[in-house]
Amino acid sequence: MTDPWIPLVAVGLPFLTGIVIFMLDDRQVALRSLLNLFGAFAKLVLVGVMLWGVVNGRDYGVRLAIAPGLDVALHVDALALLFITLSAVLWALTTVYAIGYLENAAHRSRFFGFFSLSIFATTGIALAGNLFTLFVFYEILTLVTYPLVVHRGTQKALAAGRVYLCYTLAGGAVLLLAVAWLHALAGPRDFVAGGYLREFGTDHQFTLILLFGFLIAGFGVKAALFPLHGWLPVAMVAPAPVSALLHAVAVVKAGAFAIIRVVYDVFGVEFAQSLGVLGPLALLAAFTILYGSFRALTEDELKKRLAYSTVSQVSYIILGVAVLGPLSTIGALVHLVNQGLLKITLFLTAGNLAETLGVHHVHEMDGVGRRMPLTMTAFTVGALGMIGVPPIAGFVTKFYLGSGAAQAGQWWVIVVLVASSLLNACYFLPILYRAWFQPQSAPWPNEKREGFDAKAVLLVPVLFSAALAVGAGIFANAPFGPLEWAKLISSREFGYGP
Amino acid sequence: MTQESWMEGTLAAPLLGAVLALIAGRSAASAIGILTALVGSAASIGLAFAVSRGGSFRYAVGGWGAPLGIDLRVDALAAVMLAMTGVVGLCISVYAVGYFRGKEAEAASSRTNTGPAWLFWPMWLMLWGGMNALYLSGDLFNIYVALEVVGISGIGLIALAGGSAIAAALRYLLLGLAGSLLYIVGVELLYAGYATLDLEQLRQRIDAQPSTWLAAALMTAGLLAKSALFPLHFWLPPAHGHALAPVSAALSALVVKTGFYLLVRLWLDVFAALGTEHVTTFLGALGAAAVLWGGVQALQQERLKMMVAYSTVAQIGYLFMLFPLASMSGSLTGALLLAVSHAMSKAALFMCAGSVLAVYGHDRIQSLQGFGALMPMTAAAFALSSISLIGLPPSGGFAGKWMLLSAALAGGAWWWAAIIVLGGLLTAAYLLRVLAFAFLEPVVASSTRAPRAMELTSLILAGMAIAMNFALLPLHDLLHAGGAR
Repeated sequence: MTDPWIPLVAVGLPFLTGIVIFMLDDRQVALRSLLNLFGAFAKLVLVGVMLWGVVNGRDYGVRLAIAPGLDVALHVDALALLFITLSAVLWALTTVYAIGYLENAAHRSRFFGFFSLSIFATTGIALAGNLFTLFVFYEILTLVTYPLVVHRGTQKALAAGRVYLCYTLAGGAVLLLAVAWLHALAGPRDFVAGGYLREFGTDHQFTLILLFGFLIAGFGVKAALFPLHGWLPVAMVAPAPVSALLHAVAVVKAGAFAIIRVVYDVFGVEFAQSLGVLGPLALLAAFTILYGSFRALTEDELKKRLAYSTVSQVSYIILGVAVLGPLSTIGALVHLVNQGLLKITLFLTAGNLAETLGVHHVHEMDGVGRRMPLTMTAFTVGALGMIGVPPIAGFVTKFYLGSGAAQAGQWWVIVVLVASSLLNACYFLPILYRAWFQPQSAPWPNEKREGFDAKAVLLVPVLFSAALAVGAGIFANAPFGPLEWAKLISSREFGYGP
Repeated sequence: MTQESWMEGTLAAPLLGAVLALIAGRSAASAIGILTALVGSAASIGLAFAVSRGGSFRYAVGGWGAPLGIDLRVDALAAVMLAMTGVVGLCISVYAVGYFRGKEAEAASSRTNTGPAWLFWPMWLMLWGGMNALYLSGDLFNIYVALEVVGISGIGLIALAGGSAIAAALRYLLLGLAGSLLYIVGVELLYAGYATLDLEQLRQRIDAQPSTWLAAALMTAGLLAKSALFPLHFWLPPAHGHALAPVSAALSALVVKTGFYLLVRLWLDVFAALGTEHVTTFLGALGAAAVLWGGVQALQQERLKMMVAYSTVAQIGYLFMLFPLASMSGSLTGALLLAVSHAMSKAALFMCAGSVLAVYGHDRIQSLQGFGALMPMTAAAFALSSISLIGLPPSGGFAGKWMLLSAALAGGAWWWAAIIVLGGLLTAAYLLRVLAFAFLEPVVASSTRAPRAMELTSLILAGMAIAMNFALLPLHDLLHAGGAR
């Protein structure tokens, strides 16, 4: 018995919320905030229902024929649940934060409308049951995040938006070609663990290698894979909640998630290995990891440093995917969640610093720990987690990635992981040192608020996400936690276990 | 109601309305116009439903029958074009009411006269009637007459704008005459060879003689000029760019499709026995060139309406890529959906341009800062129609392009696929360049507002272009039920 309603509502709810919000006047703050919160928390409830249902063996899915042999399909599987749970939790946090952050800003109805539509697109990506559906929602995500990137309406924001569209639309064009080509080659097929292209391997080997390249290039844009990462640091002009959305909840995550789908559920990881495409992908991911870290070292602007850190961190996921083996798969999947938790913490704390003290640069952060102890505690959790210090979530990732590399006999991956951790320490620890151990050296650039730390509405989401990041590390093995789901997905892909 | 009465309504309503509007004059023309639009579009939609249920059929007007009388016939292809004309025509009519009301208010405040603006209604209804007659005609001479009606009323409509539009209208007139001349010479040659003008009979009798090829070439050249396919597109941008907004919308969205429709009829059906592979490849190549050339030109335009006009040059090119792909399944459905969604989104874009002109007093792209804040509905309409024109999902433009792309890839014709994708990027470049200005802060606070009817109709049309994403399946069923060929 397949239940169509839950996935339909999960996708439709943020869509309708967005449309209604567009129609509100900018001054209807209370009603809009209420709608936002209702959307976010209803989504959490829905995700809870789906989690409970899937654990109890229920099947959620729905499909709608667009043309003969062309379906838009939504289906809830373990991987979808992993991503949708993450996005639902982080969306709720970001919504609360954004309502506080944008108090009294202009064009809020437009902002929150597109904000909601971004979650609509992300939910669609998470629940997509085939490559066509994934592509459709992936392109919608491009369109609805553009207005958020240019939200400030300055020439600089517009320039950033232009860069963003150039990258994403060009990537989208390559994707369109690849998806249509695969559809012409293999016919209408749904995602399936282990992939469905093996049978075409002998006749179309070259085409499939080419298409794999196209798909990685197309999805790699949002995943900020080198050399397609250029838009991400530029898009930093957007307001802090948008950065959080881009980096942790929706955009880069969508890219990484789509690559996971392509490797595991379209090609199948073992078939991809036999095509010889995983090696180059692993090398590219490893290079991106190191490159992003090096670039982060040299950036003084805090948000830019975090952006390059994202470039580096997302490629951990890709690296885990590209190294054949169940353990590295677990590492990749669990990092999808962990990177989200850690990065959202970091970006929201950066937003707190900017909003409360006008601090935008690392050199302005001397002594900021004493001025904003709670914010900086959260920041410290995020930074240490990124470096991989136990017991914070990031450690779990690195542990599984390292074990997976050892299992696959790819020792160079471990060297990359160690080097990257050292680099992470090099660009995060000086910030922590300045914040906690240096006295304040200059007046704050633009202190907007007296009193303790940041506004409560900005502080609570930050602390909550930091707590989640610690929790995901300490309670990594909790029943139905991210790690358990990751193990489940991995075992299905490699054909043993349940 | 019977099938025949839907057909009669579709044909008679606009023609009758045109005459009535002319007689009624300035005071009642717009009321008659809107009423006619309602009846005419309802009839054409009813006709499309009748075809989807009962298949294609013929109807001898007055019971005379061919060869003496006039035979009307409708199949799925014609039904789709008629329904498209009906829906978009209705929206254009509603928009025009708001548009001319705004013009009148403007004229009243500056104590000038709107001149013969009311003549829009009889000429527009005549144009509509001409298009409907063309789609319902089953023989080459009736089609010629319909083409002339469309051409002449089109010239009158362009000239309504006065000023520099007069020159554009004259150019359009000369080109239209040349095109008609080529077409009718071809028709005469065919009549000399096969002693019939009926499409059905011609299809059965046709054979590959030199005179037949000559006739086909002449008719094709004439129709290519009328549909503004590259390199015969030069007349289109000035004509569509200088006309009044509802006129531009009608010409760009609907009129250019008539030539394409006739070429589809001829080359994919009537002339099929000639062995047409070279011709279809040639038409496709021209289409590909149009996509690239029109896109590059649109990118360089300084004025919004000219940019939208060049966009039509490019989008017409997409439709012609149907010809080399016609043997692949799904390509006709895709091209038709592309034509329909283009009609909706292009009409919406010209409407947006008209609303922008009404508020800003100009349409220089560089000076449109903040039109998103000043006119949010227009900005939304512009964005939605852009999505469909670019071919981003979900939209009719996307679904149509997907079908063409799939057809090209399934046939291994990757070069057509590459053009389709590349053309989408070009479209994105010139449309999003404009859209970006919506997000800037407005420099001047303009107190003028575009009439609500204008903004709302453009938004509705743009929304329909998006909704067309889900029209592939019904369209596919209709084409199969109604026997397109």
